[in-house]
Amino acid sequence: MGMLSAFANPHRFLALSSWLAPLFYTVGGALIAWGVWQGLWVVPKDDYQGGDIMRVMFIHVPAAWLAMASYSAMAAASFIWFIWRHELADIAAKAIAPLGATWTALCLATGSIWGKPTWGTWWQWDDARMMSVLFLFFLFLGYMALRAAMDSRQKAARAGAILAMVGALNVPLIKFSVDMFTSLHQDASVITADGPKMAAVYLWPLMMSGLGHSLLFGALVMTLMRAEIWTRRAARQRARLLAGA
Amino acid sequence: MLSATNLGILRGERVLFEGVSLSVAPGEAVVLRGANGAGKTTLLRILAGLTRPEAGHVDRQATHHWIGHREGLKPHETPRAHLKLWAQAWGSDADIDAILGEMGLSRPSEVAARYLSAGQRRRTALARLMLDQRPLWLLDEPFTALDAEGREQLLALVANHRQSGGAVIAAIHGDAGFAASREVTL
Amino acid sequence: MSPKPILSAFRQALSESWAGGAGALLPLGFFAGAAVLVPLGIGTEPGMLRAVGPGILWVSLALSSLVTLERIFQADVEDGALDLWLQAGAPVSAIAAAKTFAHWLTAGLPLALMSPVLALMFQAEAGIGLLTGPLIYGLGGLAFFFWGGVGAALSATVRRGGLLIALIALPLYVPTAIFGSMAMRGAALGDTAPLLLAASTLFALAAAPFAMAAALRLAAD
Repeated sequence: MGMLSAFANPHRFLALSSWLAPLFYTVGGALIAWGVWQGLWVVPKDDYQGGDIMRVMFIHVPAAWLAMASYSAMAAASFIWFIWRHELADIAAKAIAPLGATWTALCLATGSIWGKPTWGTWWQWDDARMMSVLFLFFLFLGYMALRAAMDSRQKAARAGAILAMVGALNVPLIKFSVDMFTSLHQDASVITADGPKMAAVYLWPLMMSGLGHSLLFGALVMTLMRAEIWTRRAARQRARLLAGA
Repeated sequence: MLSATNLGILRGERVLFEGVSLSVAPGEAVVLRGANGAGKTTLLRILAGLTRPEAGHVDRQATHHWIGHREGLKPHETPRAHLKLWAQAWGSDADIDAILGEMGLSRPSEVAARYLSAGQRRRTALARLMLDQRPLWLLDEPFTALDAEGREQLLALVANHRQSGGAVIAAIHGDAGFAASREVTL
Repeated sequence: MSPKPILSAFRQALSESWAGGAGALLPLGFFAGAAVLVPLGIGTEPGMLRAVGPGILWVSLALSSLVTLERIFQADVEDGALDLWLQAGAPVSAIAAAKTFAHWLTAGLPLALMSPVLALMFQAEAGIGLLTGPLIYGLGGLAFFFWGGVGAALSATVRRGGLLIALIALPLYVPTAIFGSMAMRGAALGDTAPLLLAASTLFALAAAPFAMAAALRLAAD
């Protein structure tokens, strides 16, 4: 709770993020580098997953995780803004959208690269997960386009929040309907009912890479939020000067 | 009937107005004044509940009529159809022919709004005031596009309304033509 | 609260969409425009046409909802009718739902009712199965119109709103399109696909009006 209220106050957010963001950049970058090094040079290839191409997993899986997590975070921030009108929650939702879209696109691109040698096609319409992620990508695009079309930040915040909540309400249904297509993709294998069953040799680099991407994502969100806070302050200052003149 | 305290609103980062309070009692007429862009329409929309203020609150104790600067007519609607529609929506059994006659709309009563003049459209919107007895009228530049005769008719309507205990809040640019109880300048 | 404003909103939307053009013929003309190009583009082989026919109908229905909805709330903002409806004394969600339903009646339902004939044009086997088409396309179209209505209400103040509505509505159309085409194919799931379609349409009818109401309040602000 203390952490959360620190984030709810712009001054404390600026103070906190001024050291937390650089820390996240450093640790996140190091973990991603370690994960990529492990993935590309250290771990053995798995011929059941397409041979050497399965090494793209160390980017693909973190990207898939962030695609889902970032949309949830954006919807949660929108909900918080809609109920309590915390300006910082709107700033967070606005910052998450382009980054979420980027990682979602990264997930689609790496999935496609992985798919070509294993499925024999760049795009597998029958794969439920690729389709779900594609629609998540469209939800991000629609959110950004709607915000951009509104003529003031207050309206952008309101319209964006409504759409993000409508989207979040529909995501389970979209996922369920898309799952009704048959899948060629491997089943979720990192976390299962009886604990992770993936070989430890892959698991560690994957977990570290996932953590690294999450930290990098968090750092970028903080940077965009700081930029937005300063932009809004500058606009307020300009409005005050214009009103005084 | 209505009282508003300490209203304030932002447009983007600009403070359009702040600290505006006003109230209106039966028989009164409050005129909102201010240069173009000062926020008269926005204030009226806040009073009507259409726009949410950033600060302050509005206490409404009476139902109101709204005449905005956009009339609310559909291009294919005739004045008669428009009044019939709103009479039905509000559950009013007013005599629509009589209202049309009083507002000088008998002749164009079956003409689609897209062929009406601006003054005729404004008269059609003002005719809604007679469909239903409501204590408070919120009028945004009600004289716009009206000719001398239309202006007199509206003034008579307002005088009548106030005499029977009604109240008016109007944003007006030039001469109001009626005695304002108060003026609020933005 | 009285239901009278809701009925009036329904009536106005009905007369508005009727006044907009050739009434119920318009969506059929729209379908003809979209569908006739397909055999010209992909060839007239009956097996292929039979395979793509239901898909063409779903696409036409989706496009018809987007094209119809683009203007409904935007026009209300521009002519001031929205201000009146927001103050009409009925829940805004009910008014938005009434308007959307009226537009589905004039632009979505005719297409659904004609679906057996349209299916025959696309070489479907004549049979009793064709008669389920109106129900399935009717249900699916209703969901398209309600989610499309959310996009339309959100972009009511946007000048080139049509493109935005399509982008917003596309992901929301996915479950309906999937369940709907499964129900039409009738194969994989037997009886559950129509039920899933009905459930997702009910979900749209229950949830979309509140989003439309919030968006319309924003459009008037």
